[in-house]
Amino acid sequence: MTTLDVRFRVDWPGFTLDVDESLPARGVTALFGHSGSGKTTLLRCIAGLEHAAEGRLRFNGETWQDADTWVPTHQRPIGYVFQEASLFPHLSVLGNLRYGQRRSAAPPPGERRFSLEHAIELLGIGHLLKRKPGALSGGERQRVGIARALAVNPRILLMDEPLASLDLKRKQEILPYLERLHDELAIPVLYVSHAPDEVARLADHLVVMEGGRALASGPLNDTLARLDLPIRLGEDAGVVLDGIVAERDEHWHLLRVQCGGASLWVRDTGVGVGDHVRVRILARDISIAHQPVTGTSILNALHAKVVSLGDDSHPALSLVKLCVDGADDDEGAPVLARVTRRSADQLALAPGMTVWIQIKAVALL
Amino acid sequence: MFLTDTDIQAILLTLRLAAVTTVILFFVGTPIAWWLSRTRSRWKGPIGAVVALPLVLPPSVLGFYLLVTMGPNGPVGQLTQALGIGLLPFTFWGLVVGSVFYSMPFMVQPVQNAFEAIGERPLEAAATLRASPLDRFFTVALPLALPGFITAGILSFAHTVGEFGVVLMIGGNIPGVTRVASVQIYDYVEALEYGNAHRLAAVLLTFSFLVLLALYAWRPQQRKL
Repeated sequence: MTTLDVRFRVDWPGFTLDVDESLPARGVTALFGHSGSGKTTLLRCIAGLEHAAEGRLRFNGETWQDADTWVPTHQRPIGYVFQEASLFPHLSVLGNLRYGQRRSAAPPPGERRFSLEHAIELLGIGHLLKRKPGALSGGERQRVGIARALAVNPRILLMDEPLASLDLKRKQEILPYLERLHDELAIPVLYVSHAPDEVARLADHLVVMEGGRALASGPLNDTLARLDLPIRLGEDAGVVLDGIVAERDEHWHLLRVQCGGASLWVRDTGVGVGDHVRVRILARDISIAHQPVTGTSILNALHAKVVSLGDDSHPALSLVKLCVDGADDDEGAPVLARVTRRSADQLALAPGMTVWIQIKAVALL
Repeated sequence: MFLTDTDIQAILLTLRLAAVTTVILFFVGTPIAWWLSRTRSRWKGPIGAVVALPLVLPPSVLGFYLLVTMGPNGPVGQLTQALGIGLLPFTFWGLVVGSVFYSMPFMVQPVQNAFEAIGERPLEAAATLRASPLDRFFTVALPLALPGFITAGILSFAHTVGEFGVVLMIGGNIPGVTRVASVQIYDYVEALEYGNAHRLAAVLLTFSFLVLLALYAWRPQQRKL
């Protein structure tokens, strides 16, 4: 398996970055954390924009930095998307796209070159090519920035909060393009974000950063379902499940999504039956009962097994990790429920116990 | 004729001096401005102050030191003699050297400000797009700093045209060689030929005003970039 091995130590006044991780060099890896957690600094170290005094960086066995090696940024096979697009104002959109493309090396024999046309098509910017960056909207600029990074035919794409400087509407405009990247690109992506919804939609692998350290690193579902991390996510604590659209209910405009052993009804967003989708279930939207509840408006009620219990941010609350498959171990689809400690005590929740969970809201991502 | 032949000669010499000085300053001032805009060295302050000195220094002081340095017993004078160039004071090229020092801040400061205004980000973006440091300088920094270069070029040229004290100290007053327009006016006044002085002074006044007018009228447009 191809990996990105990073070990950096940066000591600045008031800030220390100390990371030693092996990240999968495939799919989308999200570096998630609040501002000041060191996620952007880590990305800049990987790009060579920041020279960590102590560091070792290997990509697919190729050393980019160690005690004796320093590959400068312009010689690293990366694509980089900045938070504010950072297009060259003196060049047209096409000039910006060609800037990197002209300077990038041809791919090794046998590998297909990511063509400029493909990047333009993928980001939907064909009609903007002759314009200057000053004449673009924020969302358009960012799409050009992403296409420009792709046009250098990178072997890894580094994205530093590409949506953070955009308002909600622009964000919604770009997210579908990012999802297309996720689905269509063979190259790995490192995605820095502080927005749980972006992470839930895009990431395959999650690294949670805090205070310059990586608190947790692992596949998205497993990491989100860890009991020691949701406290830091607060209201956004919850899990993301991968599923397949199994059935469409034309009459009620609902879709049935099969996530492992669990079957969930969600609002019909127009995706096709058989499509791979992601659903997000927040911990605060799950309630727990001993028996199946009847006479309720809630559509999704599932049989689940309590895996473990943990503390939450407030002493009145506790987090319960459950497994909805009914499997013996916690290998099945894990979910988190946020209940009061009083309720947990009254229900006598304990690991291994089987319960019914009611899910108030399931978001199709 | 409105201007005498000696006036025309003085004006042409002045323009030639200003043009040569400005061209040399583009090559000398740009690296200094770039260094000043990017360095974190403790020498940034002292070097910046030295470059800015001509702004406050009496031109006669600058001219005096240049005269001593480039004179027969000065280090530069001995070097130029050893190289077979001869002595620079009281020659056109001596004036050029003096003017380069004298107008240096008018080149360096606008260009330095323009480089600083670019910030690191466009250069970082260029680096991630495979551009080497030199490539980044020529394809990103220079084009983005272009308005600063235009300002710097105009100011340096105009400031050299207005030079007087330095010229008098190191150039003297040799017709066709070192007698520039400002010195010519001085001569007229010394000789009490106020009419002649008026004509030439009016030409210089009009020139300076038009240059500054062009600069100020053009500035709002550069903001749109």
